Amino acid sequence: MKTVITQSTDLPVLLKARTRIARPGDGPDARFFNARTLLWLLLGLSILLGVAEAQNGKESVITVLLKWTPLLFKGFMFNILISFMSMLVGTLTGAALGLMQISLLPPVRAGSWAVTQFFRNSPWLVLLFFAMFMLPFEFRIGDIRIPFPDWIKAVIGLSLPVMANVSEIVRGAIRSIPDGQWEASESLAFTRRQQLWSIILPQCYKRMLPPWMNLYAILTMATVLASIVGVSEVMTLAGQVSAAEGGRTDLLAPLYAYLLLWFFLYCYPISKLTQKLERRFAVKI
Amino acid sequence: MEAFYEWFQVLYDQTGINLTIFYDSFDRKRFISGFLTTIWLSLLCLFFSVIIGLAGAWLQGSKLKWTRRIVQGYIQLFRNTPPLVQMYFFFFGVSVLLPQVQNEYGFNGPMFSNFFWATVSLSFFAGAFNVEIFRSGIEAVAESTKEAAEALGFSRLQTYLYVVLPLAFRVCLPALNNNLVNLVKTTTLAYAIAVPELLYVSNQIWSDSVNVPEMMIVLFVCYMFLVGMLVWVMNSWERSLKLPGFGG
Amino acid sequence: MNQSIHWTEDQPIVSIRDVHKSFGNLEVLKGVSMDIKKGEVVCIIGPSGSGKSTLIRCINALNDIQQGSILVEGLEVNDAGLNKLELRKKVGMVFQQYNLFPHKTALENIMMAPLKVLGQDKAEVEERAHSLLKKVRLEGKENSYPGELSGGQQQRVAIARSLAMNPDIMLFDEVTAALDPETVKEVLVTIKQLAEEGMTCILVTHEMGFANEVADMIYFTDKGVIVESGPPVTFFERASDPRTREFLSQSL
Repeated sequence: MKTVITQSTDLPVLLKARTRIARPGDGPDARFFNARTLLWLLLGLSILLGVAEAQNGKESVITVLLKWTPLLFKGFMFNILISFMSMLVGTLTGAALGLMQISLLPPVRAGSWAVTQFFRNSPWLVLLFFAMFMLPFEFRIGDIRIPFPDWIKAVIGLSLPVMANVSEIVRGAIRSIPDGQWEASESLAFTRRQQLWSIILPQCYKRMLPPWMNLYAILTMATVLASIVGVSEVMTLAGQVSAAEGGRTDLLAPLYAYLLLWFFLYCYPISKLTQKLERRFAVKI
Repeated sequence: MEAFYEWFQVLYDQTGINLTIFYDSFDRKRFISGFLTTIWLSLLCLFFSVIIGLAGAWLQGSKLKWTRRIVQGYIQLFRNTPPLVQMYFFFFGVSVLLPQVQNEYGFNGPMFSNFFWATVSLSFFAGAFNVEIFRSGIEAVAESTKEAAEALGFSRLQTYLYVVLPLAFRVCLPALNNNLVNLVKTTTLAYAIAVPELLYVSNQIWSDSVNVPEMMIVLFVCYMFLVGMLVWVMNSWERSLKLPGFGG
Repeated sequence: MNQSIHWTEDQPIVSIRDVHKSFGNLEVLKGVSMDIKKGEVVCIIGPSGSGKSTLIRCINALNDIQQGSILVEGLEVNDAGLNKLELRKKVGMVFQQYNLFPHKTALENIMMAPLKVLGQDKAEVEERAHSLLKKVRLEGKENSYPGELSGGQQQRVAIARSLAMNPDIMLFDEVTAALDPETVKEVLVTIKQLAEEGMTCILVTHEMGFANEVADMIYFTDKGVIVESGPPVTFFERASDPRTREFLSQSL
């Protein structure tokens, strides 16, 4: 199956979606969980099982994993929560930054470009450290103290690279709209603000969707970095599980494989959906 | 040189800006070693991920269904899971399952170092993306160009070497550039398994000397520099390979 | 089953016998036979989908055939053990889309095959490449990349590139179809010159004027068979088959 590789700033032109001829076996599930994916799920499970079989005398690995699944699942949900919040903050600020990059005022353009490049080219973990250390642990407004928990700092830390990437996505999408659109609307006496909001941006939304979804998948995978800076999410819990089980060395590989599986199950459908949307919108040369 | 370093001591005394990495020789040595470790880790992973990418792209063209499926599975697995968890899987999971060996002190220790596993993990991670990049580059070479080569008498191998690969490479280069920059940024993950790269060392320094803001700025500057250098090298290479009238 | 034979110049240089070719379930050539003599200029015309491009691609083994025999200077093409290099030394092909190698200059495009495939001496190959460029009237364009040349110029470089292998037969697959009218002429002049020098040329073309002027034989194909053939003078004036007449009336 051919995959279309597009860079985050090279956004395709919108073409009419081709209607697909339905074939037997095409259902909503078939899209995401086709034979190949199921095969890999099975393979993953069998690796876990295989490792489990190798042990005797101790509780089997599978039993241990199943025992701890509710706790780990709560941790995983926390990661998802962090990803939602970071994505929200990052998208809003990034969209604003992206619009600033196309501003008519040179200092605004230059400043927003510099900010975008800065946060785009910094490692995500460094930005996370930056947020953890540089943000205060509580806010004081008058007499009220608002605590600033670690995980909120992590949300902000992760929203910084998201902001930069969204800024690039927005800028790229706007630039990919042909000049003719600007010219036509200008000759119809639209103000720049009207041009942007009524004509240009509505055409951009569809183009921005695939790279934005891709960014979300990357962000979700990046939430585990929060464990390094002390936030208690699924990876931290995994470490605790391992300790609770007496530090069994044979547990670690299956445990991490188990988590890999969960992330895979969450992110792979997103990636497939992104590819599908990209194909729909791609230009055929 | 000493005078240069001492200036920073003066800076600290007068303004409170504490850059121990300059005036303190221990911190300086630590920092430079961290910087070099990051560079070395990046170079190794760059190299191996490209090899893995080429091997994967070649295997993906195999006639055997299972070879193709295994490569595809590898790609999807490494692209849709967090690189940190991959690294933990290798370092904490796989490493402990391997037999122990005697290290230089006579104690039993793991067979491979954490630096080794960081390299392995990151190479496979970046390699998964590279397979797709190389594959798309090869597919971008028009069938008709290959046919023309065939009609001139080139064998399959000759067609690949002299016609397909030079063209595919030019198509790949922007995406490869992007991926390599990401790789350099991702080396920071090695921090989690105590590889003494730039972030780890900086953390040690600011823990000891309590100069977090200064070290943060230094860190950002360093990574900007590394990324900037890489982008500059790759862009120059891209420009030098540019064909007039081809690819826009 | 099919055997190569010892060929002498009095025999047809290309001998096609009852060739059948299918793409999957679609049969494109349904029993085509023709003989082409050395030095002959043959034009194959017909509507789209009639199989003419497929036919000449079969001659140089770019497409395989299911049944029949194609002898090129005695070498059997429909043979599993065919030495493709030997075949391609005898037969040169020029495509509709020129297919020059974009990463090489015009001169390098011409030099590549003799150097890499035939392993000839570089100085000799370079000299020959220069003279070939001169022959197609592109002196001065040696160091231009295909992206810098117009369609007609690229097509002429493509012709020179095929000639560099010193073939005995040249195949032209609708080589002017992608060009605009002014540039069509410059390419046809080149082909005419080749024909006048005695090169065996097989052209798939829509250029009836050219066919009339230069061809020795014209074959009309429709739906995978040869409907009619003959020298231009009888073909254009006195075509007998109604399909031929209909096609000609639409094209002329």
